[in-house]
Amino acid sequence: MSEASLSPETVLAEMTKNGVSHIVWLPDSETNWLYLLMKAEPSLTLVGVSREGHACSIASGLAAGGARPMILIQNTGLQESGDSLRGWLLSMNVGVVMMVGYRGWTRHGVTTDTAATYTEPFINAYGLQYYLVENDADAPRISVAFKEAAKTNKPVVVLVGDEFHGFNR
Amino acid sequence: MMRIADALAAFKPYRGDAIVVPGRGGKFWVELTQDPHLDLPLGDPAMGGHAGFALGLALAQPNRKVVLFDSEGDILMSLGMLTTIAEQAPANFYHFLLDNEVYATTGGQPVPNAKNVKYDKLALAAGYPRAQAFDKLDDFDRALPQVMEKPGPVFVALKVYPEIENAPIGQRRRWNTRSRTQVVADLQQKLGIAADEATR
Repeated sequence: MSEASLSPETVLAEMTKNGVSHIVWLPDSETNWLYLLMKAEPSLTLVGVSREGHACSIASGLAAGGARPMILIQNTGLQESGDSLRGWLLSMNVGVVMMVGYRGWTRHGVTTDTAATYTEPFINAYGLQYYLVENDADAPRISVAFKEAAKTNKPVVVLVGDEFHGFNR
Repeated sequence: MMRIADALAAFKPYRGDAIVVPGRGGKFWVELTQDPHLDLPLGDPAMGGHAGFALGLALAQPNRKVVLFDSEGDILMSLGMLTTIAEQAPANFYHFLLDNEVYATTGGQPVPNAKNVKYDKLALAAGYPRAQAFDKLDDFDRALPQVMEKPGPVFVALKVYPEIENAPIGQRRRWNTRSRTQVVADLQQKLGIAADEATR
């Protein structure tokens, strides 16, 4: 896979390398290929939710029970889940990586998608650290996010800025 | 209807070594429990999330029963959670619902369609293999051995009296003597979960 895009295999490798046990997720149209890879990976349990806030409380319970969850959602859902993020992750000191599809993000021109417009202000409002991952060369940032989440006992966001031409190939 | 404290007292003999998430019954359960380090009285971190938290615990600790006392206000906010629980189908998950028909902590305003919602039917429709409903303590008491003996997930809706709080939140008695993080740390120590395993 070219370094110009973020391959699902690279993301999966980061998940397994960092000992993820459960992926709590709500799929979006760009992650289907990643879904098939995750489903085939025996070390991962997929926990599908119908609303992104649910991912926060489930991940909190998983962490309390000694598992190592990761949250996989889109930026629209991140914004939906604000109170659950506050109550079930931040107030419970849960160091979890939230991989968030950055819908509407673009490096060129001006985005017209408000899902993107409000994403980083939202993350900053909650005082979360975040990393942008656009291609395979950025993948080590995912491991950095895991280390930081463990060190700070806080959620760390990985923004996936490749969603429109990456996972669905 | 039954009092929450009476319903929890009826359950107590069947607890065994289960992890208990008492939800909005926490202030009553802390007076009854004999194994507080297996309890997770969290208060209300964020409304609608107790079921998800307990599901996560059940998935992480599949060899130990996890018992949740949820509320109808919480589950109404997260009805979709029922489908996630049913899909995961953890055999160690026991989901009790304390249905007082009101938002008791905000003064007792009714929840939407309070008197007509059949929560056990909602759980069955979402895919739970077993669900029951009780409005009399004696009936609940008689059913408990079978409820707890069979594998989960099971959903048990209980009609309870509203025990309404009208005092400003800052003036209410603080019943929880441990912080949320301390509650979780105590559980992890009890379960022998290494600190690095829980916080890697």
